[in-house]
Amino acid sequence: MLLTSAVVTGLGLGAMYGLIALGFHVTYSVSNTVNFAQGSAVMVGAVLGFTFMVTLGWPFWMAVPVALAGCAIFGLVVERVLVRPFVERGSDAWLMATVAGGIVVDNIVLFTFGKEPRGLPSPLAQDSFDFMGTGVYPLQLIIPIVGLSIAVVLQIVARRTAAGKAMLAVVQNKEAARLMGINAKVVIASAFAISTVLAGVAGLLIAPLFSVHSDMGTLFGLKAFAVAILGGIGSASGVMLAGFAYGLVEALVTAYFGSTYTQIVVFSVIILALAAMPNGLLGRAAVNKV
Amino acid sequence: MTFKCFIPRRAVIAGAIGLAASIAWGGSGFAQESIRLGLVAALSGQSAKSGEAITRGLSIAVEEINEAGGVLGRPLELIVRDDESNPGKGLLAARELVQREGVSAIFGGLDTPVSLAVVPFANQTQVPFVGVWAAGTAITRNGAEDNYVFRVSAVDALVGEALVDYMIDKYGTKKPGMILINNPWGESNEEALTHALEAKGLSSVGIEKFETSDVSVVPQLTRLKEAGAEVLFLVANVAPSAQVVQSLDSMGWDVPIVSHWGPAGGRFTELAGPNGARVHFIQTFLFRGEEDSPKAQALFAKLKEKYPEIKSVADVTPATGIANAYDAMHLTALAIANAGSTDGPAVRDGFYAIGKYDGLIKTYEKPFSPGNHDAIASKDYVFSHFVDGEIIPLDR
Repeated sequence: MLLTSAVVTGLGLGAMYGLIALGFHVTYSVSNTVNFAQGSAVMVGAVLGFTFMVTLGWPFWMAVPVALAGCAIFGLVVERVLVRPFVERGSDAWLMATVAGGIVVDNIVLFTFGKEPRGLPSPLAQDSFDFMGTGVYPLQLIIPIVGLSIAVVLQIVARRTAAGKAMLAVVQNKEAARLMGINAKVVIASAFAISTVLAGVAGLLIAPLFSVHSDMGTLFGLKAFAVAILGGIGSASGVMLAGFAYGLVEALVTAYFGSTYTQIVVFSVIILALAAMPNGLLGRAAVNKV
Repeated sequence: MTFKCFIPRRAVIAGAIGLAASIAWGGSGFAQESIRLGLVAALSGQSAKSGEAITRGLSIAVEEINEAGGVLGRPLELIVRDDESNPGKGLLAARELVQREGVSAIFGGLDTPVSLAVVPFANQTQVPFVGVWAAGTAITRNGAEDNYVFRVSAVDALVGEALVDYMIDKYGTKKPGMILINNPWGESNEEALTHALEAKGLSSVGIEKFETSDVSVVPQLTRLKEAGAEVLFLVANVAPSAQVVQSLDSMGWDVPIVSHWGPAGGRFTELAGPNGARVHFIQTFLFRGEEDSPKAQALFAKLKEKYPEIKSVADVTPATGIANAYDAMHLTALAIANAGSTDGPAVRDGFYAIGKYDGLIKTYEKPFSPGNHDAIASKDYVFSHFVDGEIIPLDR
């Protein structure tokens, strides 16, 4: 029972970390930049979902797409205001700008949404059923399936569609892609929108199992960045694999050694893994041609 | 030698009228400077509702005291600062209140870590610090030779004894497990519960910690289940307590939960679902409608008048914060009156000199002495649970 419950919990958490970390992968691949406000995008997805479904009483099918559209707009604003101006001037200040942007958004939500954590009810997290000797909510099994499906769809879109190929072209050579008629600015902005939508999906999925509040995404964002580095930020499958590995190790350590040791063991494992594989699980070393 | 008066005649007349008016107003018009009192509590973030309750209790008490003529002929003035549940910010706010605002006493908020950060400063500057919520044992029992910290609230050491007694009386079991939030408050209660169990010749089958940010507490709870726990002792604030209930629901483990008062601070039923009712937690005070004392009924009427969003007893959540703060302000006013000044050491001795006071929570009989800085005893605690968003008292 201990093992089953730890594995179910770990896979669910791992899928969350993987989804958010995929956002880091998408923007890094296209523009060599990341959005450190990813944690805030998780929160924005959950807060918008709560506002539309609970406060305004919208049906699920209408609330979810609009909440995710809100996340996409958040990503576009981050790229246009907090990343592009700095990158165009050759500055790395986007690092701090995205961190600061996340803090600003968290505080705006604190004042507008309210100070109290709120509960987002879901029929998928009300009645548990027996699964291999342990009780689980249906949502706990749905989360890893959704996480994996999105990763697979993302991979197919990137490899098989014109938009995906345009994205890959920008990754390979921004100037050459521009000469071929690909609008690099639009591609990069789209990457940021996709990245925050992924985080928003994670926020909407986790909200019924957690509580909705302004700083709910902070720790998710941090752990997801660790996952992105562990997986090799340039590799989508590596990032998703690292997400599941991180979630499983976290849950198994808590189950077998007690929660006192969880963070010590998990982060020690990350340090050891990166020492052994500096480019992450499936990442490749950057090649500098001289 | 003669002095020539340069004050214009019109100003002299205006001053005379002002003085006459203030004498004519008697009790309601205070000629003297106010006695300033500070509050350092969480007014934003997850514990914001607790700060709001404390502010309401203190404000109504200040209004009552001022309507009755103030203290030492001076009105009381409450100055409020937000500590954001952050010990560093709490200490900074306490410093600012003492050094810039010149407060004569400080009231403390919900968070034990914040109060623990303020305690050494209060003792060093000899400014009384009155806790109205945080229950960490070391806040009042801080080991200082010259102790300026008082409390009108529960104390973890006593809560530990109350929870163990409740477990034995109510459930007749002697195999508890502990699920505690991983912070100084959780540690304070681990020690208190362990001592209380040892005093009965018992021990816990397991002690598990968890973080506020933990989405699932299933791994920790599974360990306790496998260790044979028949009752859980829970110590955490609203959202993490709800996480424990949700995790138990998903596991399908129907185990009784005996809890510190953490769940009382917010929308527990919304976060935990209907099974939140299985959490039995302590309170120092509850409004009970028509069964209330005249004092409680009068306070409830004032709350409804001053805060229109309060319509029924269910809207006064948590009542504990309001009641502790209300009694603490009245006791502090008595201490200043006993001292005859706002001098720190004199006010400290003024607390010791309080005799009988008919308060909201109980009738206090010599509530403080050099050996006891806690006004509320374990026999004053009430066990309760949430039903449809309302805190309902439980009989043992």
